[in-house]
Amino acid sequence: MANELIAITILWGFVFIYSIMATMDFGAGFWSMIYLNREKTKATNIANRYLSPTWEVTNTFIVALVVAVYSLFPKAAYTLGTILLIPGSLILLLLAIRSAFLVFSNIATEYKKPLTYVSGITGILIPGLLISVLPISHGAFIDYRGGHPVLSLQKLFTSPSEYAFIGFAISSTLFLSSLLLADYSKTSREMDAYKVYLRDGKILGPLSVLMAFVIMLTLKTETPWLYTRMMEELPLLLTSLGFFLIGGLALFLPSYADKNIQGMPRIAVIAVTVQYFIASYVYGKAHLPYIVYPNITIQSGFTDPNSFMAVFATYIVGFAILFPGFIYFWSLFMHDKRYLRQKSR
Amino acid sequence: MMDNLLIARSLFGMTMAFHIIFATIGVGLPLMILTAELLYQKTKDTDYVVMAKRWTKTFAVLLGVGIPSGTIAGVQLSLLWPGFMETIGRVMPLPFQIEIYAFFIEALFMSIYVYAAERIAPWMRIISLTLVALGALASAVLITNVHAFQGTPAGFRYENGKFFDINPWEAFFNPSFFVTAGHVALSAYVVGAFVVASVAAFKMMKNKHGSRVYLFHQKALVVSLVLGGIFSLLTAVNGHESAQYLHEYQPEKLAAAEGLFETQSHAPLAIGGITDRETQSVKGAIEIPWVLSFLAGNSFDTVVVGLNDFPEELWPPLFIHTLFNAMVGIGSLLILIALLGIVWKKLLKKDRFPRWFLWVLVLSGPLAVIAIECGWIFACSGRQPWVIYRVLATADSVTSATNLGVLFLAFFSVYVLLSITVVVVLRYFFRKHTELDDLQKAESRA
Repeated sequence: MANELIAITILWGFVFIYSIMATMDFGAGFWSMIYLNREKTKATNIANRYLSPTWEVTNTFIVALVVAVYSLFPKAAYTLGTILLIPGSLILLLLAIRSAFLVFSNIATEYKKPLTYVSGITGILIPGLLISVLPISHGAFIDYRGGHPVLSLQKLFTSPSEYAFIGFAISSTLFLSSLLLADYSKTSREMDAYKVYLRDGKILGPLSVLMAFVIMLTLKTETPWLYTRMMEELPLLLTSLGFFLIGGLALFLPSYADKNIQGMPRIAVIAVTVQYFIASYVYGKAHLPYIVYPNITIQSGFTDPNSFMAVFATYIVGFAILFPGFIYFWSLFMHDKRYLRQKSR
Repeated sequence: MMDNLLIARSLFGMTMAFHIIFATIGVGLPLMILTAELLYQKTKDTDYVVMAKRWTKTFAVLLGVGIPSGTIAGVQLSLLWPGFMETIGRVMPLPFQIEIYAFFIEALFMSIYVYAAERIAPWMRIISLTLVALGALASAVLITNVHAFQGTPAGFRYENGKFFDINPWEAFFNPSFFVTAGHVALSAYVVGAFVVASVAAFKMMKNKHGSRVYLFHQKALVVSLVLGGIFSLLTAVNGHESAQYLHEYQPEKLAAAEGLFETQSHAPLAIGGITDRETQSVKGAIEIPWVLSFLAGNSFDTVVVGLNDFPEELWPPLFIHTLFNAMVGIGSLLILIALLGIVWKKLLKKDRFPRWFLWVLVLSGPLAVIAIECGWIFACSGRQPWVIYRVLATADSVTSATNLGVLFLAFFSVYVLLSITVVVVLRYFFRKHTELDDLQKAESRA
């Protein structure tokens, strides 16, 4: 495989991992706000139990992602930095308020409600803005003035596909996070919270698939080159849809281990993650070789070969060092019954 | 209309000035917490457990602002300075890359230390905390390495606007890496220690002499003075070396820092005063003959290059002389404060500090923060007009996008909002959870 392809695969890996973790993170923050006044179900507690130890780690992935862009594709970073000034700054501002108020809401317990509302609402807006990077990279909203790329906000915010992407991001965020929290509350044996999140998952699943279809429809008229190339992989797209159906089925069938409980959320989480994985692969493959259509490709944006080798080496060493840390972290917060089944405060 | 470059610099400068407070305390405080944990293991005095617990809480709240503001700083680099990051991405990607791993280690083990404390063995808790402190330190060192590279670029050949023979590891180990990163790391420990000293001294004034709470804060004060003293001394030694590096690698920066216009041996050291462009002198300064030459090269006949050897458009701004003086002045004062406190308490075995000295101690934390702010502004303004010394001009790396003024206001408002809320939240929390409660809880558990 050419170096450029390895590099874009690494980058895509980061994008995928971050988008899954971020949907869980921002979604959990939103649910913790929604169920704030329904103390009996413990739905808020479950969301916070997941969120408190993980948000910092999730946040690190977005920095890792940005660093990967400029160390692997510095020339693309130039164009991206220029056109993303406004949306990027908005994301940063929302992220700052969201993270800070998330921490504050756990510290200043008497003011938990207003603080949680601020972090929940700012948090759910972020995925919508983050995903806007994709339609922007399709190139149609970029003007060139005196050789410099300029993002036309007017074109962006009058485009149906931008809104399709935003709707998809928000519904997916809520869908994935409700599945994860369903699984989390089931493992924690909080059955009231489990029922709440199971129901949310059943509603949001079809909604997010619907939004995916809307994206395809808008792409067909607005970005035909991308649409045609995605449709060339129709079998894969159908496989992705198949995994969605498996995930949906897992929510309705009785549990394999205990016939009295409806749903197997663990299987649903895995199936839906595979669904998104395949779909994002098809999208990413169709997008190649362009990073920003039509001027920046993975070849023209690529870094110096020496630098690539050095960065690649640090990825391997870094991953080897961090892997045990991630396993330990996972075992303490996702697997340890003492943490999961603690008495809710 | 302010021009684009100036707004971009102001915006990024504001981000850094805001972030650096949280980042520096975020590096300094874990070492204090670790020290308290280790002192507890040694003495079995539960006061140290309470200290570690309360500092950890503070640390966690500050991270709530420090992490997102650090994220802003990292991303804003690409948004505001795309030309700079394009070059850094090609030549100097390693520090940012490795910093991510340090960042991950800090985030993973911080959560483990805070949320899994009761479920893991004490030795594992100490290891987790050590990894948090090391992760924080490594992030600071690595990010500073990029700053070092901006002053002493290495690892490439630059001809006609193009880069050749790129060697990213040579760039990583650029000449001023160790001395610059060392300065930032050591001074962060100074800030961590004196911020704690400030709070402890304030609480000692508020509480009755000899009371339980008073004695608790006195212990915290002694720990912070000892660590603060050691690290401010080391920072000074390292600072001297940093100045010698300027003499060797960025002579015009040293000349502007010292207000020296004429190249000369036996150059005098100007302390204080304001550099005046018209008369080419430092007005109102105390001049100590020969000393600058000695400081720059360890001998009085060292020739120190003056500003007049450079075209005026390449001069750094002359106000950096004042910033440099403030940094060095406060640094020296902090050494003195720590020494005085330790001598008074440990050698003379005095029972209590005079009230005026407690006030000085209360001021020491804010002064330490002012010193690092001055240091950073000095270091970055002193490199102007370059963003990478003699390779890339700041003006050539700025974004082509306009209307940055609105963004400036938006970020300014968010920083103000976060500054106010973080103080309110900390005050609220510690009013509700008093030292006395914590101390009694810890004793009943022991």
